[in-house]
Amino acid sequence: MLAMAGLALQEGTSLEGFRLTWRFANFTDALSKYDEFFLRSLRNGAIVTGASLLLSYPIAYWIAFYGGRFKTVFLFLLLLPFFVSFVIRTVSWSFILSDDGIVFGPLKSIGLLPEGFRVVGKTFAVLAGITYNLLPFTILPLYVSLERIDKSLVEAAKDLYSNKVQAFLKVVLPLSLPGVFAAILLTSIPAVGDYVNAAVLGGPGTAMIGNVIQSEFLVARDYPEASALAFILMAAMLVGATLYARLLGTEEITT
Amino acid sequence: MSAIATEPRVVTAPAPTRQRRKRWTRFILPTYTGAFMLYLSFPIFIIILFSFNQTRTGFGTAPRVKTQWIGFTLDWYARVFEIPDLTAALQHSLLIALSSALAAAALGTFIGLALGRYRYKGRSATDFVIFLSISSPEIVLGAALASFFVSLSLPRGLFTLFLSHTMFSIAFVAVTVRARAQGLDRSLEDAAMDLGAGPVTTFVKVTLPLVFPGILAGFLLAFALSMDDFVISQFVQGPATMFPTWVFGATRVGIPPHVFVFATFIFAGGVVLTLVIFAALRRKT
Repeated sequence: MLAMAGLALQEGTSLEGFRLTWRFANFTDALSKYDEFFLRSLRNGAIVTGASLLLSYPIAYWIAFYGGRFKTVFLFLLLLPFFVSFVIRTVSWSFILSDDGIVFGPLKSIGLLPEGFRVVGKTFAVLAGITYNLLPFTILPLYVSLERIDKSLVEAAKDLYSNKVQAFLKVVLPLSLPGVFAAILLTSIPAVGDYVNAAVLGGPGTAMIGNVIQSEFLVARDYPEASALAFILMAAMLVGATLYARLLGTEEITT
Repeated sequence: MSAIATEPRVVTAPAPTRQRRKRWTRFILPTYTGAFMLYLSFPIFIIILFSFNQTRTGFGTAPRVKTQWIGFTLDWYARVFEIPDLTAALQHSLLIALSSALAAAALGTFIGLALGRYRYKGRSATDFVIFLSISSPEIVLGAALASFFVSLSLPRGLFTLFLSHTMFSIAFVAVTVRARAQGLDRSLEDAAMDLGAGPVTTFVKVTLPLVFPGILAGFLLAFALSMDDFVISQFVQGPATMFPTWVFGATRVGIPPHVFVFATFIFAGGVVLTLVIFAALRRKT
């Protein structure tokens, strides 16, 4: 059983096994050849994580504090779209945002938008797609930590003559920080590694490191290079995640 | 105190006596949340709507969804099994989801129990591996599994799909079972032992029923994750295709409307199942 769970680790190291001789060259090659994609992925990951935090926090806050007995219903409604496979959701967005689709088609025909206006194929579409797909990973940890906050603490702050903004900044926000950290971790990791949104919603110049790994592995069948790239990505993520785990403890995040 | 503070937000028609304290700003958050929910479900709404849309087809070309509304039809619901590859892909998805969720539930239960109840050497290592397999990017897992199979020269197909899906699901079962096992009253097992039950009987009759909600939650989570998984499947599937990977492949040539019909079914199935579980839980408590 341990071995089964441990597969994740063992594979990480066994993947250089079949080309052991030139493995270091592989790593440096991979880095210098694809540094642009690595940087783009990290940038996209950062933007997506920031955007989804800003979008999700008010919702999680409102449901946790003012949801009353409808909390579960609201959460259910929020998660409803995620009962459909994320490939389908992404396809649906490319369908909605397509050049003469149901949103831009009418706007173009009444002349509100220029004929050449398009969203699909641009970086914005990729970012919006990733953000949309990862929102539950941001909302849920935020909600859990906000829900846990003792509401009487806010009352106490108000009794001590703090106004609403102060009560939020000095009481609610600090207490919800564990949720924010978990949300950042859970959102940024899949965001950096994503390639489906870039493939479906992106165009030339939006490919991320995931697209490179995928095509190296499944199209070019250059296993060593793809493995080296995947290994670098994993190592980078691992460093970040381990720092987080040291700060917060793994149980805090996985439960 | 907090109940009083939250009450006015639920009431829709404000009482005139409280008029002075109400400002328009208090409608910002609810409105925002509502708008956001609409935004979130918009793609699903579109999929369901356009699964009833007609398409124009020329001779010999397969039907593709159109981005304009042409007219209402139930045609695609009648012809949903028309594309053999798509139907096979959906069968693969269901088969793999069911079998891997069962296997993961069986194996993950023991890991969860071990983590939740015993302190042993390597416990934190197990914890870390579980954390790792949940937190590493899917593409890394996919590439690692695929190169693992390549280096074993194991042909990729349904079997490797089953292995991979079981592997990534185990961690989730382990986590849900661990949460349940941690709150378990150890004296119940001692009582069973005192009453002459052997370790096996105790496990089957006492421990297992007590952690069963955790196992069930883990199983359902594993099933959902397996149905939804695209990245890992694409890396390890070989010639076999799953529902998401088939759809992804079809994006290049155009999506047949049958995909939208299946997506509607999957969505409805998930919603109904969740509501049933909710209702069952509510009746229990």
